[in-house]
Amino acid sequence: MKKLRGVLGTGAMLMAGAASAQVTDMPGGPRVNQLNLPPGVTEIANDIMWLHWMMLIICTVIFIGVFGVMFYSIVMHRKSRGAKASKFHEHVGVEVAWTVIPFLIVIAMALPATRTVVAMKDTSSADLTIKATGYQWKWGYEYLDGAAKDVKFLSTLSTPRTQIMGTEPRSNTYLMEVDNELVVPVDRKVRIIVTSADVIHAWMVPDFGVKQDAIPGFLRDTWFRATKTGTYRGQCAELCGKDHAFMPIVVRVVSQEEFDAWANEQKQALASAADDPTKEWTKEDLMARGEKVFAANCVACHQANGKGMPPTFPPLDGDEKYVLAPKQGQIDTVLNGHPGTAMAAFRDQLNDVEIAAVITYTRNAWSNAGKGPDPVVQPADVTAQR
Amino acid sequence: MSSVTADHVPASHGHDDHHEMPRGWRRWLFATNHKDIGTMYLIFSFLMLLEGGTLALLLRTELFEPGLQFFQPELFNQFTTMHGLIMIFGAIMPAFVGFANWMIPLQIGASDMAFARMNNFSFWLLPVGAILFTGSFFVPGGATASGWTMYAPLSLQMGPGMDFAIFAVHILGASSIMGAINIIVTILNMRAPGMTLMKMPLFCWTWLITAYLLIAVMPVLAAAVTMLLTDRHFGTSFFNAAAGGDPVLYQHVFWFFGHPEVYIMILPAFGIVSAIVPAFARKPLFGYASMVYATAAIAILSFLVWAHHMFATGMPVTGQLYFMYATMLISIPTGVKIFNWVATMWRGSLTFETPMLFAIGFIFVFTLGGFTGLIVAVAPIDIAVHDTYYVVAHFHYVLVAGSLFALFGGAYYWLPKWTGRMYDERLGKWHFWSTMISFNVTFFPMHFLGLAGMPRRYVDYAAQFTDFHQIATIGAFWFGLSQILFMYVVLKAYAGRGEPAAAKPWEGAEGLEWTVASPAPFHTFVTPPVVK
Repeated sequence: MKKLRGVLGTGAMLMAGAASAQVTDMPGGPRVNQLNLPPGVTEIANDIMWLHWMMLIICTVIFIGVFGVMFYSIVMHRKSRGAKASKFHEHVGVEVAWTVIPFLIVIAMALPATRTVVAMKDTSSADLTIKATGYQWKWGYEYLDGAAKDVKFLSTLSTPRTQIMGTEPRSNTYLMEVDNELVVPVDRKVRIIVTSADVIHAWMVPDFGVKQDAIPGFLRDTWFRATKTGTYRGQCAELCGKDHAFMPIVVRVVSQEEFDAWANEQKQALASAADDPTKEWTKEDLMARGEKVFAANCVACHQANGKGMPPTFPPLDGDEKYVLAPKQGQIDTVLNGHPGTAMAAFRDQLNDVEIAAVITYTRNAWSNAGKGPDPVVQPADVTAQR
Repeated sequence: MSSVTADHVPASHGHDDHHEMPRGWRRWLFATNHKDIGTMYLIFSFLMLLEGGTLALLLRTELFEPGLQFFQPELFNQFTTMHGLIMIFGAIMPAFVGFANWMIPLQIGASDMAFARMNNFSFWLLPVGAILFTGSFFVPGGATASGWTMYAPLSLQMGPGMDFAIFAVHILGASSIMGAINIIVTILNMRAPGMTLMKMPLFCWTWLITAYLLIAVMPVLAAAVTMLLTDRHFGTSFFNAAAGGDPVLYQHVFWFFGHPEVYIMILPAFGIVSAIVPAFARKPLFGYASMVYATAAIAILSFLVWAHHMFATGMPVTGQLYFMYATMLISIPTGVKIFNWVATMWRGSLTFETPMLFAIGFIFVFTLGGFTGLIVAVAPIDIAVHDTYYVVAHFHYVLVAGSLFALFGGAYYWLPKWTGRMYDERLGKWHFWSTMISFNVTFFPMHFLGLAGMPRRYVDYAAQFTDFHQIATIGAFWFGLSQILFMYVVLKAYAGRGEPAAAKPWEGAEGLEWTVASPAPFHTFVTPPVVK
C-alpha cells in the first residue's frame, strides 16, 4: 500500500517537474545531466580524467570480449537449437593464460596511476597556504601566508531557506553558493591544510580534482594549481550530520593583481571591524549584534524560535539549566561546547563580543525576556572565563 | 520448560522415533531441524529486505526533486543509515545463512547441522537484533543517523538510537559467529563417506571460506562498536582527538571488518551461481579446482586491502600505492571466476529457466560492478568519486545485482526441493526481467551523478542533477514492486499449488540434494550416503 501510494505520488510529481523552470549548467559546478567527470582546471584533474578514460576503455574492451563470448554461447549453444553438451571441464593452458594476462593488464593500469598518486601527494613548495576548517555546517578559512596573511572568515551556504522549501524558484547555483567565497590567485600552487572542529567533513572541489577529509584534531593537506580564472564549486563529501548537504565550497580563482587587491581590502575591513572587548556595550547593541550571530551560528539546531529540536537539539526558549540561570554556565557552554553532543565549542569561531552578544540575545529573546538572572552579559565577562 | 510428554512416546520406541516432527509453534520456537531453521532464516531475511527496501523507497521519494519535500535531513539520515544496516545485517547475511542451513547438510550428505541447538539460538537472536534496529526509530532522537559505517566522532553525537544499533550489531555478530562455527564444523566433520573436500559442491566451499572470514572479522566489528560505546558512555577517548584519540582509528578497525564483509556477502553468491550454471548448461563446472583456489585467494586478499575505503582521509603516498595495487590484484581471481562460468556455458546445451536467467544476469551485471570496482581502486579516480553516487552505484551493482540476484537464482533453483512444487515459470521469468531492467534503471544513472560530483547521503541536491535522480526514483519503485511478484511466486509454491516436483526437477542438476525426495523429508541422510 505504501509502495503504491509512492508510485502514484511519483507520477504526480513527474508532471509537476516538467512544468518547472528550465535549469542550465552551473558555472564551475555540475552541468545539466553531466555524464562524466568535469573537464577540470588543474593538471591533476586532467590526469584523473585521462586515467578514467583509460580505465573505461580497457574495461569496455574486456567487457565486450567476455560477454561477446557469453552471448555467442547463449545464442548458439542453446538446447532448443539442438546443441549437445561437451564434457570438457578444465584446461591448464587456458586457466594459466587468463590468470597471467589480467595480471599484466592490471600492471599496465597501475603504472600511470602511480605517477598521478605521487603528484597528488606532493604538497611541497606551495606559493600560498590556506587552512580550511570544517564546522557543523560551514567552512572556516584562514590564510596562513602571502598577501592575505591572517585574513580569516567563515563561509556559509547562502541559498535562502525559501528556495530549499520550494516557496521560491531555485537559482542556478542552488545549494552550491556561499556568503564568503575562498579567493585564490591563478597559476599558483595553493596548499590547503584541512582540519575540523567537530566531526569529519571532506573538502571537495571536482574541477580541481581535490577531495580531502577534514579530521578533528589532525591536519591533512592537499593542493591545487588552477590554470583558469573563474568560480569553482564543490560540496562537503563526508557525512557530517543533519546539514551535511548544506555546507558547500566555493573557490574564486582570480589574477594575482586582483588577489592582492582583494587581500588589502580584507585586511582593512578586518582592522576596522575589530571588536573592542573591553568596551561596555548597551543591551540594545548586544541584542542587535546577537541576533545576527544567532542567525549565522545557532539557528540550524536551536531554530529561529528558540524551540530547538529536542532531544538532540535542546530548546533555549524557557531553558532553566543554562539560559535562565547565572551567566557563567552559559558562557562556559558556548565557549567550550558540550562534549558528546552536537553543541560545538565556539571558542575559536567567535570573539568575545560575539559570544556576549549572542548570549545576551538568547536571554532576552522569545519568552525569556525579564526572566532569570544576568540578562546582560558583557564581552569582559566572556574574556574573564576564557 | 516443556519436557517431552509421555503420551507422544510411541509404544514401540524405535531408533528414530524420538525425532518425531514437532507440531505448532513449538516446531519453530524450539526448532533444531536444519530445514526448519533454514526456512526461518529465509523468511526473516525476506521481511528485512522489505523493511530495508521500504526505507530505500522513502529515500528515493525525497530525492525525486531538489528541495525538502517529505523528510527533514535528520530523518533522511536515519533512513540512509538504517537502510544500510538492515539490508546488510538483516537481509543479505541471514539469507545466505538460510541457504547454508538448508543446503549444506543436503549437499554433503549429513543428517543435520553439527550443533542443532546452537543453530536454533543463532536464528532466534536475529529477531532481537531486528527489533532493536526497528525500535530505535522510536526512541528519543530516533535511530542512529551516522551512516551504516557509524564513523566516529559523528556517531558519538547520536542519541540512544546509536546504542540500540551498537547492541543490535553485537547480537547479530554473535549470531553470525555461531552460524559460522556451525557451518565449519558441519563441513569438516559430517561429510558423507567418499565426499572429499575437493568433491564438495562449490557452494559448500565458498561457505566454508566465508565462515572463516566471519569468525575472523565479526569480533573486529564488535570491538569497533564497543569502543564507540565506551567513548559514548564510559569516559574513554579512543576516537576523541581532544583527549588524545584518533577518529581515523575507527575507520581502520571498521574497514578491517568491512572489506572482508564485502566478500562474506558475495562468496556464497559465487557458490550458488556455480551450482546453477552447470545445471542449465548440462555440463560440469569448468575449472572446479581453480574456482576453489580463486575463492581462497579472494578471501586472503580481502584482509589486505581495507584502507582503499579511506583514500580521502589522506594517507602517506606509499600507503596509498600499496592499497591501490593490492586492491587491483583482487580483480584477477574474480576474473578467473567469470571466465570459468563463461567457459562452463561454452558448448553446453543451454536452457534458460528462471534460476539460469538470474545466474546469467548475475554474471553480466556483477561484472559491471566489478569493473567499476577496478576503476575506483585507482586511487586518483577514487579521490574524484569517493563518497559520491558513483560509489553508491558500484556497491549496489555488486550487492543487489551480485548477492541479491544470486539469492533469487538460488531460491528458484532449490524451491522445488524446499516445497515439493514447481514454481510458476512464467511469473518467475517476469520477475527476472522486471528486476533486471528496473535495477539498471535505478542504479545506472547513479554512475553519471557520481562522476558529475553528486555526494552521497545528501537529502537535497543541485537542480542540474534532477533528471537522473528522477529516473533512479522511478526505477526504484519499479524494482520494489517487482519483489511483490517474487513473494507471490514463492508463496504459491509453498501453498502447494503448481506441478509436483520430481526428486531431480532439473535435467542437468548434480549433487546429493537431488537424490532425496521433493519436498525434502524432515529427516534426510539419517544413514549417510556413500559418494562414488
